[in-house]
Amino acid sequence: MASSDSATSPAADHKRPRGLAPFLRSQMRNIAPFLTLIFLSAFFAIASPSFATIDNVGNILTQVSVTGIIAVGLTFVILCAEIDLSIASIANVTGIAVAYFTLQESYVNIANVPMPGIVAILLALALCALLGLVNALGLTMIGIPSFIMTLAMMQIAAGVSALLVRGQIAYKVPDLITTLGSGSIGGIPWIVIVAALMLLGGHLVLTYTRFGRYVYMVGGNREAAEFAGLNVKLIFGSVMVISAVCSGIGGMLGVAHFGSAQQNEFDTYLLDSIAAVVVGGTSLFGGRGGIGNTIVGLFVLGVLNNGLDHVNIDSFLKILIRGLILLAALIINVYAQRLREQAAE
Amino acid sequence: MSQGRSPILELNQITKAFGGVEALRGVDFALHAGEIHGLVGENGAGKSTLMKIIAGVHPEFSGRFVLDGRETRFRSTRDAHAAGIGMVHQELSVAPDLTVAENVFLGNQPTNRLGFVQWRRMAREAGEQLARFGIDVDPMTRLGDLPIGLQQLIEIARVLFSGARIIILDEPTSALSPPEVERLFTTLHKLRDEGTSIVFISHFIEDILRVSDVVTVFRNGRKIAETASADTSKGALIEAMIGRGGETLEHSYTDDLMLPQPGGGSTVLKVDQLSLGRTLQDVSFEARSGEVLGIYGFMGCGQLELSRILFGKLRQDRGTLAVDGAAKTFRSTAAARRAGVALVPESRRAMLFHQEPVYKNISISILERISALLLKPVRERAIAQRQVEQLQIRPPVVGLDLGMLSGGNQQKVALAKWLTYPPRLLVLCEPTRGMDVGAKNDVINIVRDLRAKGLAIIVLSTEPETVLSLADRILVLKRGAVVREFAAEAVSKDRLLEAA
Repeated sequence: MASSDSATSPAADHKRPRGLAPFLRSQMRNIAPFLTLIFLSAFFAIASPSFATIDNVGNILTQVSVTGIIAVGLTFVILCAEIDLSIASIANVTGIAVAYFTLQESYVNIANVPMPGIVAILLALALCALLGLVNALGLTMIGIPSFIMTLAMMQIAAGVSALLVRGQIAYKVPDLITTLGSGSIGGIPWIVIVAALMLLGGHLVLTYTRFGRYVYMVGGNREAAEFAGLNVKLIFGSVMVISAVCSGIGGMLGVAHFGSAQQNEFDTYLLDSIAAVVVGGTSLFGGRGGIGNTIVGLFVLGVLNNGLDHVNIDSFLKILIRGLILLAALIINVYAQRLREQAAE
Repeated sequence: MSQGRSPILELNQITKAFGGVEALRGVDFALHAGEIHGLVGENGAGKSTLMKIIAGVHPEFSGRFVLDGRETRFRSTRDAHAAGIGMVHQELSVAPDLTVAENVFLGNQPTNRLGFVQWRRMAREAGEQLARFGIDVDPMTRLGDLPIGLQQLIEIARVLFSGARIIILDEPTSALSPPEVERLFTTLHKLRDEGTSIVFISHFIEDILRVSDVVTVFRNGRKIAETASADTSKGALIEAMIGRGGETLEHSYTDDLMLPQPGGGSTVLKVDQLSLGRTLQDVSFEARSGEVLGIYGFMGCGQLELSRILFGKLRQDRGTLAVDGAAKTFRSTAAARRAGVALVPESRRAMLFHQEPVYKNISISILERISALLLKPVRERAIAQRQVEQLQIRPPVVGLDLGMLSGGNQQKVALAKWLTYPPRLLVLCEPTRGMDVGAKNDVINIVRDLRAKGLAIIVLSTEPETVLSLADRILVLKRGAVVREFAAEAVSKDRLLEAA
């Protein structure tokens, strides 16, 4: 059969779907979020003179930085077709932990354990890595679905946070964290630089390393990955730890950025991070998307949140608008998956 | 038989392309009432695509679609269903966690006036329907607990008794034992005599000739011939299918075949007293270097489980495995791969990444060897290109998404991923299932090459032809136990079937 096939159709015919329309359809996952971003930016630029300014672009960048750091790890998890609901809680507990190990002012009523700055940071990182490891073990060794496992972890991390601060507020964190979270260099906030570097690092890992390829393959077809002799459990476990550590870094810098460490400080970051990844077009079914998509998603959310402040709009309506945009993104996400599957049939 | 009557279904000049690759090119097809219409053709010839158009799976195509004399377009499988068209797809599509009765009535469970499901009525009617088909199971058992062959029969039964007037069966017999096939044919003939139209796709040409009234041959997206089954022969059909001279390409394996004397190859795999629940009982055997060991048995005899244990996906309850003399307990498939074991599973869905390009599908198992940390895409593509050329995979474009290849070529890709760094032991489950004659021959040649290179190869199949065409030594597995070994003696299809 092989010979008759090749005789009638030269190889060049098979290269790619022909024509612009099929190409655009297969790329819908990447194009739709980008168009949304352009549309929103243009809309706010016209609606408000204060939106399209250099200062405001800086504002947007700073505003999305913590979400961006957390979303790096979450992108890995969602590419594996899993979910991590404990990211915000782990960010919170790590931020609180780094403050807990730092000497606070005398009026702060927390029984804390002061340590040298670098030790405090390492202890906080160890804590978030440990929590991620617990997620990983629950997922791979016991076989708890990630949705439920990380839901439990969300409560556990919130519980540890509560025990550490006991309703109080801590303010001091190690100097390094203070600088990275709220300092700037040459007018560029450090937190933006850290977020950019982590996003870049995530992209490089996903695109150019063997591990990154495994993440896509496992997400694309878990069973086939197992039959190809990949250690699927190790990959799932690794992405859960990566997610927790990224959340922890986001949490530490976030605490420095906000200037305080307290309970429930990061609650909104759970939905924001998931929204950023999904709005950007990374498939909820795994195997498609990446950090590039997450960056676009971050900007869509950032522009939306920031822009709504610049136009005269009921602040309560903002919440509804955000919800509707997220719904639209989910519809596109599922629709893009279907188009792709049809194309691949 | 069909002369003078107008067909109930008529397709004119149907053309369908998938992303630039034309699967059907101007095909005409007509189906009459009370007719069994056989379809034959190589993999990728367009049979399944045409049937999926009829069943509403592919709503987009060009050409005329005339049902009952009226031009129609189905927008979905639901439309096709409403028009009385039922299809059994090549791949099993059942709900394993539901009961047998729920599966039989999937989508139209009997309800009372309040909308509650009438469980007792459903169980009784399901039981009656299955009994008509010669299947004796408790309708309230979980479907997933039954052997695969039985699951397939139940899926077929669902469509046969759904009241559909046009029934499409795509490779329905591949997982069935001979007596089950007999029962299916009897039922099909009964349905035909009651006026139902049936399309029957199969690679088993004897089956097609026995069961159908008319045969249509496809090649390369075109209809090549249509003839009454009584007026043709296996050789003629094969010739039409592949476009080159036929009969020698496929043995019928009805005559005795002499198995060779065992060679002096070293023992690569030693399996001792392997047991797993009720599916495997004290299975012991050896696989030697430079030898193909065939393991034959009916569906559900424990072959699949055995292959999973060899590749570290399942853990045995009792018994030991040794590779090259060293006892092994595989904790994961990765551990089995590192020990030199490779597996090609029976289902394409389970072995390949349809949305990824061909080269990634080929390199997946060897990335560890060619890259420590960073990927080397140029090398990956070069390795893939070499495999694609060696195995004659078409189209020979490593950047193409795998889903765009035909089934037989996909199967070669699944094999290709293990061949760059040959393993010690290669386990092949149903390596030629659903393949056409040409692709089967290609696989046979690939396996012989690997044997010559000194690999130990195990071929597990429910098709006697597959085992007979490949194996140097044959074990027959029956209800989880090895009941017979054929070595250095005469063997034939009859003898195998008799033993199983």
